[in-house]
Formats: sequence, C-alpha cells, structure tokens
Amino acid sequence: MRAGTAGQVVRYTLLVLLGLLFLSPLVFMVVTSFKTRGDAGGIPPSWIPDPFSTQAYESILTARGTPVLRWFANSLVAALANSALVVGTAAMAAYALARMEFRGRGLVFGAIIATLFVPPVILIIPNYLVVGELGWLNTLAAVIVPTAASAFGVFFLRQFFLSIPAELEEAARLDGANAWQIFLRVLLPLSRPALATLALLALLTNWNDFLWPVYVLFSPEMQTLPAGLSTLQSANAVRYDLLMAGAVIASVPVLVLFAFLQRFIIEGVSRSGLKG
Amino acid sequence: MTSTPVAAPPAGLAVGAAGRGAPRRGVPRHGKATPWLFLAPYLALFVTFVILPVVLGAWISLHQWDFTLPGKPFVGLDNYRDLFDPESISYESFWRSMRATGVFTLFSVPLLLVVPLLVALVMNQRFRGRNLFRAVFFAPYVLGVAVVAVLWRYLLDNNIGLINYYLGRLGLPDDTAWTTSLPAAWVALVGVTVWWTLGYNSVIYLAALQDIPRELYEAARVDGANAWQQFWNVTVPGLRPVLAFVTMITILASANMFGQSYLITQGGPGRETRTAIYQIAETGLRNYQMGSAAAMSYVLTAVLMVLSVAIFWLFRERRTR
Repeated sequence: MRAGTAGQVVRYTLLVLLGLLFLSPLVFMVVTSFKTRGDAGGIPPSWIPDPFSTQAYESILTARGTPVLRWFANSLVAALANSALVVGTAAMAAYALARMEFRGRGLVFGAIIATLFVPPVILIIPNYLVVGELGWLNTLAAVIVPTAASAFGVFFLRQFFLSIPAELEEAARLDGANAWQIFLRVLLPLSRPALATLALLALLTNWNDFLWPVYVLFSPEMQTLPAGLSTLQSANAVRYDLLMAGAVIASVPVLVLFAFLQRFIIEGVSRSGLKG
Repeated sequence: MTSTPVAAPPAGLAVGAAGRGAPRRGVPRHGKATPWLFLAPYLALFVTFVILPVVLGAWISLHQWDFTLPGKPFVGLDNYRDLFDPESISYESFWRSMRATGVFTLFSVPLLLVVPLLVALVMNQRFRGRNLFRAVFFAPYVLGVAVVAVLWRYLLDNNIGLINYYLGRLGLPDDTAWTTSLPAAWVALVGVTVWWTLGYNSVIYLAALQDIPRELYEAARVDGANAWQQFWNVTVPGLRPVLAFVTMITILASANMFGQSYLITQGGPGRETRTAIYQIAETGLRNYQMGSAAAMSYVLTAVLMVLSVAIFWLFRERRTR
C-alpha cells in the first residue's frame, strides 16, 4: 500500500513538472502579448505585464504591411474549404473502394496507398508549376486544393466504412435506394465520428501548414497566418510583444478547438497517425 | 420502414464471392459507371496533384528549367551529375543541406522515440487527471510549427530570452547564442522539436500500450517476472508493430524539417542549419532553378526510400527471431 502511495507521489511530481514545461512557454507567450514594448524587452523577464497593455494587438491589427485580420480570414476560409474538400472527396472515394465491386479497384486502391509512402518533398517543385499553370499562384486555391489530394483521408475512411456492417445498406437497397441515396442517408450518418475526426485533422493540418503557403502566397494580403507570422517576424525582428500577439492570434482558434474536441483529435491521431 | 430480412448478414458478406455485378434477388447492386462516379472527384485531385507531379518532377529534373525564362533546354542527367560533382556550384550547398538534415534526424529521432515512450509508460495507468495531462502534453502539437518557432525564437533570444535568464539563475552560462552558433543551434532545434511533437508520439504509444492485454502482465507476474522483465518480455514485444510505425513517421518528419530552421535560425549560422528541404525550396522556388531543385528532391526521396526499406527490414528481421 505504502509503495503504491509513494509511486503516486513520484508520478504526480514528474507529470506536474513536465506539464509546467509544456504550459509555461504558452503562458509566457500570452503574457508577453499584453506587455508594452519596453516591458517585453526587459530583464529580468516578468510573468505579469506591467502595465497591462493591448498596444501590441492594436499595433499589428492596424499595421499596413502586416494585415493580421486579413490573414486570419484567409486561414479560416482556406482551412474550412480544404477540410470540406478532403471529407467530401475522400468519403465518396472510400465508399466506392469499401463497398463496390469493379474492375480496377485493386489498382486504384494500391496506387492511392502507395503514395502514403512517397515523401512529400518530391511534389513541391512540380506542384508549384501545376498550380502556376492553373493560375492559382498567390491565391487561396493554391493552399486549399492541392493538399486535398492526400491519400490519408481515403485510407482512413475506407477502414472505417469496412468496420460498419453492411446489413443496413442491404436493407436500404431492397427498399429501392440507389448507391447515392445509400451513401448519403445510411453510410454517412453512421460514420459521423470518423467524418468529424477527419474534418478536424484536415482543418488543423491546413491551419498550421507552413512551407507551401510561404512559397506560393507572396503578397501580404494573400497570406495565411503561419506564412504571415514569418512576414511579421522579418518586419519586426525583436519586437517580441508584436510577435507574441501574432502568435496568440494564430493559436487561439486551434487551442479552443482542441479544448473542446481533444478527444476526437487525440483519438484520431492515436488510431491512425496524422499525415500532412 | 427499413425491413431487415433474416438472411441479410450472410448474403451481404457473400456478395464479393458470388461474382461481380450479378443481380441479387432482382435488385442490381450498382451500374458499371457508379464506382467511377464516386471516385471521380478524388481521382481528379489525385492525378493532378500527386501522379502528374511525380512524373512532371522527373521531367523537369532533366532540364535547365527556369520558371521565369522562356527557354527550358533539355540537359539530360546534368542536374544529377552536378549534384555528384564536387567541382560544381550546387554540390557543396546540396550536400551541406543533406548533412544538416542528417544531423537533425540523427539527434532528434532517438529522443523522439524514447522520451515519448517514457511519458506514455508513466501515463499508462489509471489515475486522476490522466486525460488532462495527456491533453497538456499534446497541446504544443496543435499549434503548428510557425507559432512554436516564433515563440521559441523569443525564449531562445541571446539577450532577453527566458532560457538564458533561467540558466544564469541556475549558475550556468547565460550568454549562449542559441540561434547563431554551433552546436547550440542544433541543441535548440532538436529541443524545440521534441517539445513540439513529444505529445504526438506519446498518444500513439499510449494507445498501443492500452491494447496489450492485462492478462499477459498477470501471467508474467505469476511466473515471477519483475517490472523490468515484464517491460522487456511483454511491453516491448507488444509495442513492436507500433514502434516500427512510429520510427518510420518520426524519421520522415525529421527529414522534412523546415519551419524550425526557417524561423529560428534562418538556416544559420552561415548555412549550417539549412536543411535539404529548405535548400530545395530556396533553389527551386526563390532562385527558380527548378531543374536542379527537382533533381535534389529525387535524390533526397531515393535516400528516404532506402531508409524506409531498411527500417521495415530491421523490424521484420527481429520479429522472426
């Protein structure tokens, strides 16, 4: 009994220390964003803004070269559109691959799965040209559409569809429903948790995507938040009050989403991994 | 409304074996075109942004391809030859970036395999607040690399950063140039990456640990195995498939390191921490030498593929013993 209690004490001490290591940088980010310019550069660093100030936010929200609100809107539009595109196209494809018999199914599925193992670096240069040909450089389409081709969603939903017993669909078919109606009215409602998980993972991945937006979105007003943070950093080298305000703005939506839906996100990741 | 005939389950399962397209009970399953109509939207994306680019990339790599110039002369394998010719301009910068990726992968992967496992082992028991701790450790991962890197660029600041300040308070050197000197920059980049992605690997390990049947531990205990023996004889074998998966995705993620270097060290000091993917993006998308950049990405891909096969082989080999 005694060893058990001591074990618990050791465990909690370890976990709390580790927890502090993970939370304190985030707390400091928020604290700094409410400091004045001088306070943010002060030594020793303080954990309470003195005076409390919203100057940093006012300053970056009104600066011409760094339209943070516009970036926020861009990120929101891109992430929602990308997530919808991923879920819509992957669900339809996964339905055909999980439930229909047709010549070429093995080939199509094999080709999709094979690309799970293709390092994404190989696509960067040619996709830039493809996006250029489509006239999408420096538009949100460039960060919405190409990444929706990821094989992960199809693989993930196909696995889930296979785990659903086919009886309900058979019953609907006997009632005269066609494939599209079965898909919409039987399969999708049964798959809500999986669809929600995929939608969330796609949303997070797109919101946080960095390399691609940095290179395909060049004008300040077209950028998403992560690319914008990079612009903000080059414009305000050591103005950490401003940089932390920008970082907070980019973090709040995902942290709120995470706070409410962490079970979906963590379980989605732990079951199948998240692929960008 | 939906009547469920008694015979439905076996019939539904037997359809595949019964022959494709055969009408069952007079109800056709679906038309010939139906599967392709369902596949069409995804396949359009897949062909345009995955299959076509893989082929196009190889084609580009055989040309001197400048995005901004009209002429794109065919140069055969010259772009590849340059990458392996110590006399050429691209040789030095490419292999230095490959070495940077190698150094980062070599130091980050072991930490990202072991530390999350320790965290998962500590978490793999029933106790109050477990889900809260799990969420806290996972939180940095949902922030994305840009936020994490900009935040740590501040914490690692030579003069006013928290890290140097608290090191000084502990009586350690407080003037380390974390972002502009070696090897400190590597310590910083690896450390930040561990902080950022530890929770990700931890939750994968944790899920796998929870899938190991309790009875196996009980049986081992009955046989007199101590905690260490239980770990080696029950936990490790139970984790093997997941370990292979985690090793693979961690190596690929580390080999793709970009944002940390771009935002924290700007590839510096000099270009020492400019990784391969950073070099490829700058060569192809800033300097528009796309032929050379495409050749680099094929070489990097080849290296990663060989590495992946080696890992599969490694984990397979041990399983048969």
